[in-house]
Amino acid sequence: MSENIIELKNLTKTYGAKDAVKNASLNIKRGEFVTLLGPSGCGKTTTLRMIAGFEMPTSGQIIFDGEDITTTPPHLRKVNTVFQRYALFPHLNVFNNIAFGLKLKTIPAGTKTNRKGEEVQLFRKYTKAEIKSKVDAALKMVDLEDYGHRYVSSLSGGQQQRVAIARALVNEPEVLLLDEPLGALDLKMRKDMQLELMNMHKQLGITFVYVTHDQEEALTMSDKIVVMRDGVIQQIATPEKIYDEPANAFVADFIGESTILSGVMLADYKVEFAGAIFECVDKGFKKNEPIDVIIRPEDLKILSPDDKKTIITAEVISSVFKGDHYQVTLMANENEFIAHDTATYETGSTVGLYIKPFDLHIMHKSRVINEIDTEMAAENSVYICGEKFECVCPFEAGTPVKVSVDFDDVIITDDEEDGTIGATVVSSIYKGSYYQCIVRTDDYYDFFVDTDDDWLKGDRVGINIAPEKIIVEKREVNADGEALPSEQAQPVVIDQTVEEAAENGTEGTAVADDKEVQE
Amino acid sequence: MTNAVAAVRPARKKFKITKRVFSYPYVLFMLLFVVLPLVMILVNAFLDSDNNLTLENFKIFFTEKSSLIVLGNSVFVGLVTTLICLLIGYPVAYFLSKMSSGKVLVLFFVLPMWVNFLIRTLATKAIFLAMDVTLGMGTVVFGMVYNYLPFMILPLHTTLSSIDRSYIEAAQDLGADSSTVFLKTILPLSVSGIISGITMVFIPTISTFAISQLLSNGKIFLFGDSIQMKFDQGLYGVGSIMSIVMLVFVLVSNFLMNRVGRNNNNMGRSLW
Repeated sequence: MSENIIELKNLTKTYGAKDAVKNASLNIKRGEFVTLLGPSGCGKTTTLRMIAGFEMPTSGQIIFDGEDITTTPPHLRKVNTVFQRYALFPHLNVFNNIAFGLKLKTIPAGTKTNRKGEEVQLFRKYTKAEIKSKVDAALKMVDLEDYGHRYVSSLSGGQQQRVAIARALVNEPEVLLLDEPLGALDLKMRKDMQLELMNMHKQLGITFVYVTHDQEEALTMSDKIVVMRDGVIQQIATPEKIYDEPANAFVADFIGESTILSGVMLADYKVEFAGAIFECVDKGFKKNEPIDVIIRPEDLKILSPDDKKTIITAEVISSVFKGDHYQVTLMANENEFIAHDTATYETGSTVGLYIKPFDLHIMHKSRVINEIDTEMAAENSVYICGEKFECVCPFEAGTPVKVSVDFDDVIITDDEEDGTIGATVVSSIYKGSYYQCIVRTDDYYDFFVDTDDDWLKGDRVGINIAPEKIIVEKREVNADGEALPSEQAQPVVIDQTVEEAAENGTEGTAVADDKEVQE
Repeated sequence: MTNAVAAVRPARKKFKITKRVFSYPYVLFMLLFVVLPLVMILVNAFLDSDNNLTLENFKIFFTEKSSLIVLGNSVFVGLVTTLICLLIGYPVAYFLSKMSSGKVLVLFFVLPMWVNFLIRTLATKAIFLAMDVTLGMGTVVFGMVYNYLPFMILPLHTTLSSIDRSYIEAAQDLGADSSTVFLKTILPLSVSGIISGITMVFIPTISTFAISQLLSNGKIFLFGDSIQMKFDQGLYGVGSIMSIVMLVFVLVSNFLMNRVGRNNNNMGRSLW
């Protein structure tokens, strides 16, 4: 019996031209509560549906308990699903909904010897009495003892939710898959159900795979969180690690509030951002390497400006009461910081800021410049994403080139028509004094753009680039006219929970040497 | 309707266009062409040829063996037609609902309905004659099925394609193979469509006329035909009785269908 109940190996699912899930690899341990977390459309539900068997992966493998189940139809898999909108059968009452799986199940019933003298395994169905006792037990578990005869349409959302859970659990699956099961419930009910699900997980000891877009839910419930975005796994780690040491700016922005700033690593243990030099605990970066700095609001300490610990002074922009703390927005050297403090500060007053070296999280930038492999359209004109862009460059038409454009040299226009090419805004992350947007062109190239404005996710925009800002370099091409393999390989995401275990010397199998996630 | 009628009555000094006003033409139409004929049928049923009150018409109808045979024939043809329509229509609707181009293909089954049914039936007859097929019960049932199949396919297709895929996935998830998925989820969930289809085929077929006459060369006489004949012969009384019998049949079968539908399907989706 292997330790991993489910192993996903390089799982890819493609719909038309779009990759819903890209090269996802994940190990799920027996008895673990694993959450797939990400914004809508990130491929988390598709991944779950592939585990359940409703979607066939385009490539890759799904291993269940050491057995390849990639092509096994859903009804033969030892998993059960709690669906997003419950999918309770409207033509059956609560009892029969829960009994649905039991009535179909066959269980071993001893062996007999056939005429050839071989042992034959006998199977039988559950008896009526067995079904009744199991369904009653399941109803009791979800506190709906007296609801067996009711039709599902007469139940409230929360009750339907419980029936859906009972219907899945009554089959005693080895893995329970939950697809945003609490999405349709109100906040109070959701909190209660979170606790109940956690209790069930503890009592039953089976593996839960949970899909949600709610980061708080994921942090509360999980043993292990898998953060996904655009079909790519960004980070696999424990909730604490995901929160404290996000792998990249996206994870940091998605998990909880934080201030994300661009900075430069001056030397080991020394980082410069927002016009000041801070001490940190990170080393091994290149000298003057551009990096992202992440500061959680509760780690930012507000002091008096004269305090000797003060590293940087800031002006209070606003202070808003949030129930158990004040959210203080501060401006220091044109960089915005957010802090949580128990005290309030007067708007306009000057304060000092201090961050413990340990609380500064430094990350490699996922990209420092937009690079595209393309070719010249004519002299002083280059193809970018299928359209001709003017540039200053003497190469003749057809020359293979590499085009580089700085983040702040890409100009986004409000009207798609005004741009040379159209694109869709994929994300927008505030970096203290500007927004870093990712805009995706129609042939799936992602432009990183630094702008002063916050662009709405999903909006169509136009892209322009000034001719003198396009840096063109000749590109090496081999005899077949194919580009030399670039070093930008598939991102390597390793399970940090395994890594942690290995560090502790207890268990663990795979330890990859590349810790960071690089796109 | 009584409400609307009552609303007309109070003398009004100023005429105001309200929402209710727009219903007047319809109410008038209903009174003239639905309520009045029904009343006339009811009155006629109790009058003899000299306009005297009588129950003789009932006696004539219920004692005459031939008219009861015609009624039996009608019900038989109706049942057979409905059964065949269901047997052909369900698989067709099922596969169309599974196909992405199903909506367009359904149109092909509906398309013949755009041709007048008399023309269609005459054309069918011409084809049968050209093929040297003896006209009789077989050809009548064929004509009926051909005419009423779209009425079976349409409600079934609507119901089947509105079944949420997640129910099917849930059944698969709980261990049902494809035949069990069909028997335990798709079939029960499509009961409302089946009921609608049966109602929409059975009720018109028992009352239909012309199709049977044309496709059997007048050999097979159905209830609709014989009502038409009675009125042609000036036997308004007996004709009215038969119309009432027909009406009772339609109402009873409608009522039964609704009952079955309500018991079997909690979703309450009905196309009627």
